[in-house]
Amino acid sequence: MSTQDLVIPAPREILTQPRRSDKVFRGVVTGGGLSSLAILGLIAIFLTYRGFEVLRQEGIGFITHSDWSISTDDAGNVLESHFGLAAMLAGTILCSLIAVVIAVPISVFSALFLNFYAPGWLKKILITIIDMMAAFPSILFGIWGFLVLMPSVEYWAKLLHRYLGFIPVFDMQVPVYTRSPFVAGVVLSIMIIPIITSVSREIFSQAPLDRIQAAYALGATRWAMIKAVVIPHGRSGVIGGAMLGLGRAMGETVAVFTVLNIVFQVNWQMLLGAGGNVASLIILKFGDASPYEIKALMAAGLILFLLTLVVNALANLIVKTTGKSGR
Amino acid sequence: MTMTPAPTKPWAASTKDRAIDGAIFVVSLLSSYLLVFITPLKGKLAYFACFFITYAIITTGIKGIQRGNAAAKDALVNSLVAIGAIVTVIPVASILLTVLQKGLPGISFGLFTHDMALATPTDPLSNGGLLHAITGTLTLMVLALIMSVPIGILTALYLTEIKGRFTGPIRFLVQAMSGVPSIVAGLFILSAILYPITKAYSGFMGALSLTILMIPTIARTSEEVLNLIPNDLREAGTALGGTQWRTVAMIVLPAARSGLVTAVILGVARIAGETAPILLLTGGGDRVNPNAFNGPMGSLPYYIWKSFNAGSPEAITRAWAGLLVLVGLVLFLFTSARFLGARKVSK
Repeated sequence: MSTQDLVIPAPREILTQPRRSDKVFRGVVTGGGLSSLAILGLIAIFLTYRGFEVLRQEGIGFITHSDWSISTDDAGNVLESHFGLAAMLAGTILCSLIAVVIAVPISVFSALFLNFYAPGWLKKILITIIDMMAAFPSILFGIWGFLVLMPSVEYWAKLLHRYLGFIPVFDMQVPVYTRSPFVAGVVLSIMIIPIITSVSREIFSQAPLDRIQAAYALGATRWAMIKAVVIPHGRSGVIGGAMLGLGRAMGETVAVFTVLNIVFQVNWQMLLGAGGNVASLIILKFGDASPYEIKALMAAGLILFLLTLVVNALANLIVKTTGKSGR
Repeated sequence: MTMTPAPTKPWAASTKDRAIDGAIFVVSLLSSYLLVFITPLKGKLAYFACFFITYAIITTGIKGIQRGNAAAKDALVNSLVAIGAIVTVIPVASILLTVLQKGLPGISFGLFTHDMALATPTDPLSNGGLLHAITGTLTLMVLALIMSVPIGILTALYLTEIKGRFTGPIRFLVQAMSGVPSIVAGLFILSAILYPITKAYSGFMGALSLTILMIPTIARTSEEVLNLIPNDLREAGTALGGTQWRTVAMIVLPAARSGLVTAVILGVARIAGETAPILLLTGGGDRVNPNAFNGPMGSLPYYIWKSFNAGSPEAITRAWAGLLVLVGLVLFLFTSARFLGARKVSK
C-alpha cells in the first residue's frame, strides 16, 4: 500500500445543534421513558371508565357498605344490585397491618444482623437466600401457607386466644380458627420480610462510618453503637420500607385467596375465620360474574390501584429523603 | 539479639469463655426439651421458641453478672438479631423442603411429554402431564420479553443518558409502577383490550399484563447497571466525534451488556410465577397451544391453581409437581442472574 492511496476524509461539519440521528434517538428514548406514565395513566382511565356506572350508582356507599349481591332475570337484565367494599377494604387493611407488625421487627433484626454481626461469608449466603425468597412466586406461598403453615398458625392462634383473649383484637365469640385474617397476615408477613429487610439493610449500611467508629472508640458495646448511631439514622428509612411492604401486602392476590375465608361482613377480630380482601374478591367473583358485576369488579380494582399507589408513593418519598439526609 | 514478644489477642475468647458459651448452649437445649415436655406446648416450632427464649435469658443473665448492665443489653440484642435472621431463613428452608418432598413423587418422564387434553387433575398420575403448561409459560415469557425489554431499557436510558426534565417524575412513576398489584394489571388488560377488541382469552393477553409487571423491574435494574458505567467511556466516545446515539449504542450498551442481561433475567423471574393476571386473561387451556393469539393457553401457575382447587390427593400431588417445576425454573433464572450479575461491567 503506497502513501498515494490514502484517502483523507472530508472534515466533519461542526454544528451546535444535534444531528438528525441524535434527534431521533432522543425522541425514541424519551418516548420509551414516558411509557410508564402512559401505562399508569391508561390503567386509571380504563378502570374508571369501566367502573364509572357502578361508582355513580353506589356513590360513597361503594366503600362504606358491605353487601355484595346482584340478581338478574332470565334474560340477564339486572333487577337489583348492591355492591359495597367496606368489608373487603377493612379486611385488606387488617391483613396487611398484621403482616407489617409481624414482619418489621423480624426484618429489622435480620438487617442489623446482616450489617453489623454476620461474618462476610454468612452475610453473602443470607443475602442470596433473602433475594431468592423475594423471587418465589406468590402461588407457592399460598399453597405452602395453606397446607403446611396453617396448622401451626392455628395452634398459635389458639394460644393467643386462650392467654391473651382479654385484649380486644385477640377476642372472638365463635371458636373458628381456620382461614382467618391472622393466618393470611402471617403468610403475607413472610412474603414481605425480604422487601423490608433489603430496604432496611440498605439504609443501615449508609449509617455514617465516622460516627460508628467514634461510638466504638468511646467504648460503646455493639448495641449501644446501634442505638446511638444506626437507629436514629435509619428510623424513617425503616418506616418507608415497612410502607413498601404494606403496599405489596395490600395488592397480594393468590396467596391471600388460598388461605382466607371471604365473608361480606366487616370483621376486625383477627383470629376469627372470616375476612375480606379486595384483590381476592376479584378472583372469587370473576369466574361467574355477569357483565354488570364485572364493572363493579373494575371499580374495586380502581380502588385497590389508588390505595396501593398512594401507599407506595409515600413509601418511596420517605425512603428517598432518608437516603439523602444520611450523606 | 532482640526479643519478639509473642502476639496476644486479649479480645479473643478464652477457653473459659468458650466453655461457658458451650454450657449455655447445652443447658438451653436441655431446657427446651424439658419445657416442651412439662408444658402443653408442642411441635417443632415450640422447641425452637423455647430454645431461643432460654438461650437469650441465660446469656443475658450471665453477661449481666460478669460485666454489668450494658453487656447484658448487648448480649440480649445479640441473641435477638440472630433469632431475626434465623426466623427469616426458616420459611425458605421449609418451603424448599416441602416442595421437594411433595413434588418429587409427582415427577415422571410422562409429565413432560403429555398435556392434559385427555385427562383431568383427579386422574391417576400416569395420565396426562404438564407439557402444555411448560410450553405455555415459555411462550408467555418470550412474548412478555419481546415487549418489555425495549421499553424497560429505553426508560433506563432516558434516566441515565438523556436526563431530561422528566427524569424525576419518570423515576418516581417507575417506582410507583413496580407497586401495581398484579391483579390490577390483569383487570386493565381485560378492560382496555380483551373486552373491547379481541373478546377472547389468549396467551397474548396474559403476556401483555406480564409486560406491565416486568417493565419496572427491568427499568430499575438497568438504570443501576448503566449508572455503574464510568463517565470516562461516554466522554471518550464524544471526544472521538461520536454522536450521542453512536456513543450509547456502540460504547455504553455493550459495556453494560451482562448487567442488562441480569436485569432482563430478574424481570423474567419476577413474572414466571405470576398467577392472578394469568387466571383472568389466558383462559387456561389443557392442550398444547402454540398460537398465542388464538385460543386459551395453559401455563404453569394456571395448571397448579386448577390442580390445587380440584382437591383430590392426586390433584394435590400434581399441584406440588407443578410447583416443583416452577420453582426449579425460577431458581434457575435467579441463579443465572446472580452468576452474570457477579461481574456487572464486562469488557
